[in-house]
Amino acid sequence: MATTNLKINGKEYSVDVDPSTPLLWVLRDHLNLVGTKYGCGVAACGACVVHLEGEAVRSCVTKINRAAGKEVVTIEGLSEHGDHPLQKAWEQVDVPQCGYCQSGQIMSAAVLLREIPNPTDEDIDLAMTGNICRCGTYLRIREAIHLAAEIQTKLK
Amino acid sequence: MESKTGQKKDMRSYRLVTALSVLAILMTLMVKISAHSGSAAFDPKDKKVSTVHSKKDSVKSVEAFSKVYSVLMSPRCVNCHPAGDVPLQGDDSHLHAMLPQRGKDGKGILTMKCTNCHQSENTLGTHTPPGNPNWHLPPADMKMVFEGKSARELAKQLVDPAQNGHKDMKALIDHADDDLVLWGWEPGDGRTLPPLSHKEFKEAWITWLKNGAYAP
Repeated sequence: MATTNLKINGKEYSVDVDPSTPLLWVLRDHLNLVGTKYGCGVAACGACVVHLEGEAVRSCVTKINRAAGKEVVTIEGLSEHGDHPLQKAWEQVDVPQCGYCQSGQIMSAAVLLREIPNPTDEDIDLAMTGNICRCGTYLRIREAIHLAAEIQTKLK
Repeated sequence: MESKTGQKKDMRSYRLVTALSVLAILMTLMVKISAHSGSAAFDPKDKKVSTVHSKKDSVKSVEAFSKVYSVLMSPRCVNCHPAGDVPLQGDDSHLHAMLPQRGKDGKGILTMKCTNCHQSENTLGTHTPPGNPNWHLPPADMKMVFEGKSARELAKQLVDPAQNGHKDMKALIDHADDDLVLWGWEPGDGRTLPPLSHKEFKEAWITWLKNGAYAP
């Protein structure tokens, strides 16, 4: 066990865990930030995506010592009032079916929109290829990302 | 008398010219033949490289390269030197699940950067992401493809600075101890090792290079 200092969604936390504990375990079991989901545990599905220093990392294989002292953002911290353009678009398009993968999808899409504000279908497919949806909502995800891009552009 | 002496002189000149012509033809043929069998992979015009290896032994060099080639074509090496822009995976070198892209710098794109999954060390267990602090593919402007290359093609590519990441002889030798190359011998659970030990590989690598880096 060791004390690790974390900065998650702008708040400082200190946790006493083994340094090899996955970030996902700390988020869910220690800090009760349960919006981020456990899917496969081997970085193969994307359900656990969070932002680490702005990158869409898979928290199930990211050891807590990698996140120490760095900026972590989870779905709970993507926007203050749940009104990120992607969250609005997700609601308007009614994307989720079971919903399990959606926080990971939105966190990945947020990185895409930051890098490419008006992505093409191809950009979306290339960026979202690592996020699996067992309900097959891919077409609605794509539609919502286009809509979020429009919302984001209007806000500027 | 004079005319006879003159005839003899003409004869000698004629023979000399003929002999020289035959010699020139033979030399041209020899150069052409050597260009097609076991030629040095280094460009002889490249002074940087050609001055380094003084003792050339094409047999020893080619023999060593067959060992080097067996390692470079093993999944631990070839998987990150794909012909396309998607890395390969597994002992059968299938396309990497999720089809991550190479990207300009070889480190992925957008949400699919290598280090989003690959950590600085192997993740425990089978079917988990292997890791290294410098995990990446060759960059887009110098793909250094191994997949599908014959031994001859690969040998020539490896010593061509325009295709090998601008490496000279010293950099090539040092590359045998590159951290990511060494990972090949500690690939994590469930992955086979290259067919030679790292020591054997390094020995063959240096033998190949120092004996003229001949392409088989």
